[in-house]
Amino acid sequence: MENTMLKIKDLHAVVDGKEILKGINLEVKPGEIHAIMGPNGAGKSTLSAVLTGKERFQVTQGEIEFRGKNLLGMPAEDRAREGIFLSFQYPVEIPGVSTVNFLKTAVNEHRKYKGLPPYPAGDFLKMIREKMQLVGIDNKLLNRSLNEGFSGGEKKRNEIFQMAVLEPLLAILDETDSGLDIDALRTVAQGVNKLKTPDNAVIVITHYQRLLDYIVPDIVHVLYDGRIVKTAGKELVAELEKYGYDWIKEEIKSKDNGHA
Amino acid sequence: MTKEKDNLLQEVTGSDYKYGFVTNVETDVIGKGLSEDVIRLISSKKEEPEWLLEFRLKAYRHWLTMKMPQWAQLTIPEINYQDIIYYAAPKQEEKKNWDEVDPELKATFDKLGIPLNEQKTLAGVAVDAVMDSISVKTTFKEALAERGVIFCSFSEAVKNHPDLVKKYLGSVVPYNDNFFAALNSAVFSDGSFVYIPKGVRCPMELSTYFRINAAKTGQFERTLIVAEDDAYVSYLEGCTAPQRDENQLHAAIVEIVVEKNAEVKYSTVQNWYPGDKQGKGGIYNFVTKRGICRGENARLIWAQVETGSAITWKYPSTILKGDGSVSEFYSVAVTNNHQQADTGTKMIHIGNNTRSRIVSKGISAGHSSNSYRGKVKVVKNCQNARNYSQCDSLLLGDKCGAHTFPYLEIENPTAQVEHEATTSKIGEDQIFYCNQRGISTEDAVGLIIKGYAGDVINKMPMEFAVEAQKLLQISLEGSVG
Repeated sequence: MENTMLKIKDLHAVVDGKEILKGINLEVKPGEIHAIMGPNGAGKSTLSAVLTGKERFQVTQGEIEFRGKNLLGMPAEDRAREGIFLSFQYPVEIPGVSTVNFLKTAVNEHRKYKGLPPYPAGDFLKMIREKMQLVGIDNKLLNRSLNEGFSGGEKKRNEIFQMAVLEPLLAILDETDSGLDIDALRTVAQGVNKLKTPDNAVIVITHYQRLLDYIVPDIVHVLYDGRIVKTAGKELVAELEKYGYDWIKEEIKSKDNGHA
Repeated sequence: MTKEKDNLLQEVTGSDYKYGFVTNVETDVIGKGLSEDVIRLISSKKEEPEWLLEFRLKAYRHWLTMKMPQWAQLTIPEINYQDIIYYAAPKQEEKKNWDEVDPELKATFDKLGIPLNEQKTLAGVAVDAVMDSISVKTTFKEALAERGVIFCSFSEAVKNHPDLVKKYLGSVVPYNDNFFAALNSAVFSDGSFVYIPKGVRCPMELSTYFRINAAKTGQFERTLIVAEDDAYVSYLEGCTAPQRDENQLHAAIVEIVVEKNAEVKYSTVQNWYPGDKQGKGGIYNFVTKRGICRGENARLIWAQVETGSAITWKYPSTILKGDGSVSEFYSVAVTNNHQQADTGTKMIHIGNNTRSRIVSKGISAGHSSNSYRGKVKVVKNCQNARNYSQCDSLLLGDKCGAHTFPYLEIENPTAQVEHEATTSKIGEDQIFYCNQRGISTEDAVGLIIKGYAGDVINKMPMEFAVEAQKLLQISLEGSVG
C-alpha cells in the first residue's frame, strides 16, 4: 500500500454539463502495466484528460493522489513535471518550432521544477541522440517543425521519443495504436517496453487488443459508462477479443436489474 | 485550477506597457492648431531656407483640399486637426558633448534602453534619438563621417547638406501623395537623414529612436535615406510613447532611394503606446513609407515587427524601377485588446527581371482587428517580373478579426505571381500539449508565436531580433487562456 503511485478514489467528472466519469477507483503501483479497455464513449479519453489536467474537464467529486500529492488543483504543467506523461491520441502540430527545440524547452522546465540548472547544450544533444537510437527515430524528424507534416506513424513514434526524453514515472498511452500499421505498432511498442523499469508505470488506454499483444499488461480494467466494471489479469484481453464488450454490458444490466 | 490560471494571466497582463512614463523637461511649444502662420513659425524656428518653407506651404494648401482616406478596414474617430500641437521641442541648447545633454533626457533614453553615451552603446550601432519634434543626439557621427557617411537629424541635414535634401525630398513620396503625406510635408519637424556615398558599406547599423513625450502633440517626422551606387546600409527605427488617455497622432514619411547595385535594409520595431485594455488612448499611426530601387540590381529589404499603436495605417512600398532590382518585405503585425491595424505593402514592378517577395504574418488577439492589404503591380512594359506573397494570419481567441486584401494588377503576361494565404488559430489543444510536456501557458504562447513569426524575426538585425521576439511575447501575454 505504501508504494502506491497513483490512487484514484470515487472520481466523477463532467464535460460541458454532462457527467462522463461516474465514480472511478484505480490504484497503480510502480513497475505495473495497466490496460484500460472499453467501448467507444465509455470515458477512456476523459480519464486521461482528467489525470493530466485538461481544463475543459471538471472534477465534481473524488480524489486523485500521485505519489502522495493531491493532483486536483495542480496545473497541467506541474503534473507533467511531477512525472505524468500523456502520449496523445492526436498529437498537435506546432509550425516553426523544431522537435528538438520543443524538447529542450520541456526538459529544462522539468529541470527547473526539480531545482536543477538548464541542461548544458552538449549533454542535451548527447542524451537526445541516445534516446533517438533507443526508440528508433529518424534524425531528420528532430529539426522538422513539431509534428508538422508527420505521418501517423511518425507522430506516434515522436510521442514515444518524447516519453523517452522526459522519463516519466507514469506514462499514459491514449489510443496509441490508432492509425498505425502493424510495423509502426511494433516499433512503438518496442520503444515502450525498452523504457519500462521497476520504478515506472504505464497505463495503456485502448479499444483493441492488438497493442496489448506487444505491451503485455499486468492488470486489465474494463471501463464502461464512466465506471470500471471489471478488473482481471491479462487473460481478460483474449476474452474481450473473442466475445466483444456485449457480454460485459449484459452482465451489468442483469446486475442493475437485480438491484432494482 | 482555471482560476489560478486566470490569476496568472491577469498578473502578466497587468504588467503591459512598460514605456508609458513621461519625462519632465522644459518644452518649447507652438500653440495648438494649424494654419499658414503656424507653418511659417515652425520653419522660422528651424531657420529653414525659403525653398523649404515653400515646399511646406504648397503641401499645406494641397492638404486643405484633401479628405481623410476611408477605404481602410479601420474605424477612425473624428480627428480635430486644430486641437493638435504641431511643434514641441525639449528645450536645450545645441550640445556638442554628451556631458552637456539634459540629464532628464539622458535618463529617459537610458530608461528606454537606448544608451546615447557612445561608450555604453551597443557595439556597432549608431543612434539618432528624436524626442517630440527634435533630434536630441546622434551618436558616432564623427566615426561615420570618416567614411563619408552622413547620419544626422533632418534639421541638421537641411542646414549642412541642403543640396542633397533639396534633391531627394519628396522625390519618392510627393507632397501631394496622400492626405497624411501632405500633412507631414507641411508640418514635419525632424527625423533622420542618411547618405551613403558610392561604394561605401556603412560600417555599423544605423538606428533612430523616436519618442513622443509632450501631451496633445502630434509627431511628424521625416526620414530620408539615400544609398548611392554599390553602397550598403542597414537601418533600424524604434518608437515608444507615454501612456495617455487621449489619442495622439503620428504621421511620418520615410523615403528611400537605392541606386545601382546598392542595398538598403530598413527594419522597424514599432511599439507606440497601443491604448489601454478598454481601448482608451493610444497612438494613431498613419505612415507613408516608400523606397525606390532606382538603379539596376538595387535591393531594398523591409523587415518590421509592429506591436504598438491604437490604429495603424501603413504600407511600406517599393518601386522596382531598375532592371533586375529586388525588394523583400517581412512583417509581423500584432494587435491585441482594441487595437486596429490595416497594413501591408506595395510592390510596383517597372524594370525588367525585377523580383519581390512578401512575407506577412498577422497575429490578432483580444477584440482587435488586423488586416493585410497588399498590392503587386506589374506595368505593361515590364518583362519577367516575379512576385511571391505569403500572408498568414494567426488568431488568439474568438473575438478578434483578421482580413486579407490582396490586389494584383498584372499588365504584362510574362510576369509570374504567386500568392498564398493561411489563417490559423492558437488552439487550446496546442497550449495543452505544451502544458502536458511541462511548459506553462505563458511560455507555450511564446513558443508558438516564436515558431510562427520566426521567418520574419530572422530577418531583423541580430541585435534587435531578441528584443523583437520578447516584445511579441509581452504584447500577447494573457491573451490565451
